[in-house]
Amino acid sequence: MIAIVDYGMGNLRSVQKGFEKVGHPARVVQDPESIRAASALVLPGVGAFRDCMGHLEERMLRDPIRAHIESGKPYLGICLGLQILFTESEEFGRCEGLNIIPGKVRKFRFEQEKGGKASPYKIPHMGWNAIRKVNAPPVLADVPDGAYLYFVHSYFVDPEDATVVATKTDYGLEFTSMIWKDNIFATQFHPEKSQALGLSILKNFAELSANGASRP
Amino acid sequence: MLAKRIIPCLDVKEGRVVKGVQFVGLRDAGDPVEVARLYDAQGADELTFLDITASHEKRGIILDVVGRTAEEVFIPLTVGGGICALDDIRNLLNAGADKVSINTAAVRRPEFIREASGRFGSQCIVVAIDAKQVSEAPLRWEIYTHGGRRPTGIDALEWARRMEDLGAGEFLVTSMDRDGTRDGYDNALNRSISEITEVPLIASGGVGGLQHLYDGIHLGKADAVLAASIFHYREYTVHQVKEYLSSRGICVRL
Repeated sequence: MIAIVDYGMGNLRSVQKGFEKVGHPARVVQDPESIRAASALVLPGVGAFRDCMGHLEERMLRDPIRAHIESGKPYLGICLGLQILFTESEEFGRCEGLNIIPGKVRKFRFEQEKGGKASPYKIPHMGWNAIRKVNAPPVLADVPDGAYLYFVHSYFVDPEDATVVATKTDYGLEFTSMIWKDNIFATQFHPEKSQALGLSILKNFAELSANGASRP
Repeated sequence: MLAKRIIPCLDVKEGRVVKGVQFVGLRDAGDPVEVARLYDAQGADELTFLDITASHEKRGIILDVVGRTAEEVFIPLTVGGGICALDDIRNLLNAGADKVSINTAAVRRPEFIREASGRFGSQCIVVAIDAKQVSEAPLRWEIYTHGGRRPTGIDALEWARRMEDLGAGEFLVTSMDRDGTRDGYDNALNRSISEITEVPLIASGGVGGLQHLYDGIHLGKADAVLAASIFHYREYTVHQVKEYLSSRGICVRL
């Protein structure tokens, strides 16, 4: 069973409805036991990194999530679910993540233009932007190179190990918009808000999970 | 490159679309969910529901509409109208909305924006700025509430800066001079706000044709353009709008 982790960070309904739509119902779970029982885990969420880590800690979900990932079972992180895999975030000084993927979470910073005008690169980075496939996993099989997917975030991940980079996206700079390492698939964009292309990612993840494969 | 967003807007009253949407082939053109599905199929980048339900008792109906939309339409959905408490926001987000747009409640108590963005994240807090030009030289705009009926004396540019400081994640700027006129957006207003703030801006109010959408992006520096009647009255599909903008060198998701 695919479990969507509810840890108080935003609405999970779209993610759940998305899986339902592609014929793979998923359960929303809130407790450590259900996470341990899940065959595949989805961690969505938008908002602040520190709040997110705080909520996982409070609900004692941190260790079960880590154990799930380390056991090789499929994991899909979306937005915050990508960022918390990293070593630390620059949000509000420094904030530690799960440190499963070495690297940092950085804030977009753009210089003002001449005459003190705000940069044309607005923050948050909000809307549809193109992905460039670098080392795309099978869950992206139905998403062509250069496809537009939906983003909403002010921070981006900066992995130390370039081999985990699955896709890149341009926004004033080229940032990592998806990572893939073995059983870990994590996107900065929102598959559940990216129409049919996004839903294809949920479908492929669900099928890969149903096949019990941690590796393609 | 980040694409400019095209956002159809539906006025919804007691769960029904008002300002008659004229579509053939819809089972029920008054059902917001059906219309949402159609715009989704046309390639809309987001959808906005403006809830204009007057009676307090019937406010809950919009939650059902949002819930049913979220089951079928997998693009971002913003809901505005009558939001004045954190509970209103929570209920809408739980029902499946991605963003809420707030106007009067922010004017009444600006701290509400800080509380809302602190609790739910800036990314889902859109501040709706309804502004009217009050002076030509120097150009000045003032904030209006209650659907443009009530002046507040607040300068629109100062207001935008303040709302950004309090945590607004996006602005939905509607010109009260242009709304409903089909004369085009107030591009001077939009550009002025866009150039002094860092958050994305959605232009709204006054679209009568394709050129207006291009101007809103090119002259008004908007990150997204919102329109109602040109889509409802089938003058253009979202796809046609995008092909036009693309032919004029604007990056859109086709």
